[in-house]
Amino acid sequence: MTHLSKSPWILHYDASSCNGCDIEVLACLTPLYDVERFGIINTGNPKHADMLVITGGINEQNRAVVKNLFDQMPDPKVVVAVGICACTGGVFRECYNIAGGVDCIIPVDVYVPGCAARPESIIDGIVRALSVLEEKKAKLVKPERAGSGGER
Amino acid sequence: MIMVEYALLFIVLAPFVGGLVAGIDRKLTARMQGRVGPPLLQPFYDVGKLFQKEQIVVTPSQHFYILSYLVFIVASGALFFAGGDLLLVIFAFTLAHIFLVLGAYSSYSPYSFIGAERELIQIIAYEPMIILAAVGMYMVTKSFFVWEIMASSLPLILYLPGVFLGFLMVLTIKLRKSPFDLSTSHHAHQEIVKGVTTEFSGPMLARVEIAHWYENVFLLGFIYLFFAWNPVYGIIAIIVAYLLEILIDNTFSRGTWKFTLKSAWIIAGMMGLVNLGVLYYLSGVVPV
Ligand code: SF4
Repeated sequence: MTHLSKSPWILHYDASSCNGCDIEVLACLTPLYDVERFGIINTGNPKHADMLVITGGINEQNRAVVKNLFDQMPDPKVVVAVGICACTGGVFRECYNIAGGVDCIIPVDVYVPGCAARPESIIDGIVRALSVLEEKKAKLVKPERAGSGGER
Repeated sequence: MIMVEYALLFIVLAPFVGGLVAGIDRKLTARMQGRVGPPLLQPFYDVGKLFQKEQIVVTPSQHFYILSYLVFIVASGALFFAGGDLLLVIFAFTLAHIFLVLGAYSSYSPYSFIGAERELIQIIAYEPMIILAAVGMYMVTKSFFVWEIMASSLPLILYLPGVFLGFLMVLTIKLRKSPFDLSTSHHAHQEIVKGVTTEFSGPMLARVEIAHWYENVFLLGFIYLFFAWNPVYGIIAIIVAYLLEILIDNTFSRGTWKFTLKSAWIIAGMMGLVNLGVLYYLSGVVPV
């Protein structure tokens, strides 16, 4: 285990849908759940983030936004789709403006189901994502980019 | 006499002390908010992680500016702990922050730009008070050299209570604490994303963080200078001052830049100036 999984910084983005999961993600920051116990910080900045936590399905207007946010995050990075909307499009799937789940534009590593996803399962999903983060780091180091991260 | 060994000690130990202080800070902040809070060593984990991340370079000049920021912060701190000239220390310290501002300006990001502007306002706000503190110390001890101020047996705090209070106010700006955390904040969401540090990622952000640790240790050392005649009081003063800063951080919301400037110039500056005026007036009466 490296320091990566001890300090996952999160970028939280609410793509669309009913906003219910969005509120649950923020509930994780309250004293009751206090995710900072695990070193998790909610940064508002993709360039500082290790994890992209997305709630809600992707619609035609934020396709480019989500893609852009994902591209701005430095490697290694993981994506957690929170709520059934983010996983598949959920109840809004059939809407004319919904493109589908988050995985229709960026690769998703962990799916957290639920409508709305409960804070416990969100935290569980994030903790699962940590092992994915470690795996990605291990892969990243192998090719010549040894040492500190590399540049781009 | 300049003591190089203290400078070396500062360069080696300050990151550990600074990181630990940051950890205690976060833990206490969490407790004040009724949370459990992160582990004590969390700041070290954070920086360790940042060094493992990919570095996205927005412009190559960022490297130079951030490295200069770190180097000049370390140099000013080392000079201070070596017992050097206080004015030189302050100038190197200011220059370091100018490099940070330039680093933020070097990328074309609106958030980074506003952050840089606010950082400049902060520098403008705290700079006069820090110089007043140095001048006050000179008026009492007749020296700008830290080692001579340290060696003085005069209780500086009794001569400079106004200057000390003013210094504590600008310390809030320097430690990036509410209500003066305009340009960037330790706490989650900010209206300008992360301000000056928005465009720095991975190892570059880690360097900014380490520089901040060095800076904090230097500033705490500055507090000690007011109590140098008695080390026990000095240590107590540092602890009390820092606890006070954490309390202020958690009880105030972020102010505007005008509020910052007014607080630092009108309130803190006035306290400092009146103090120096009284000191000048009484210079024939009290033993200085
Ligand atoms: S999963 Fe349910 S609660 Fe969450 S955003 Fe979709 S509809 Fe709302």
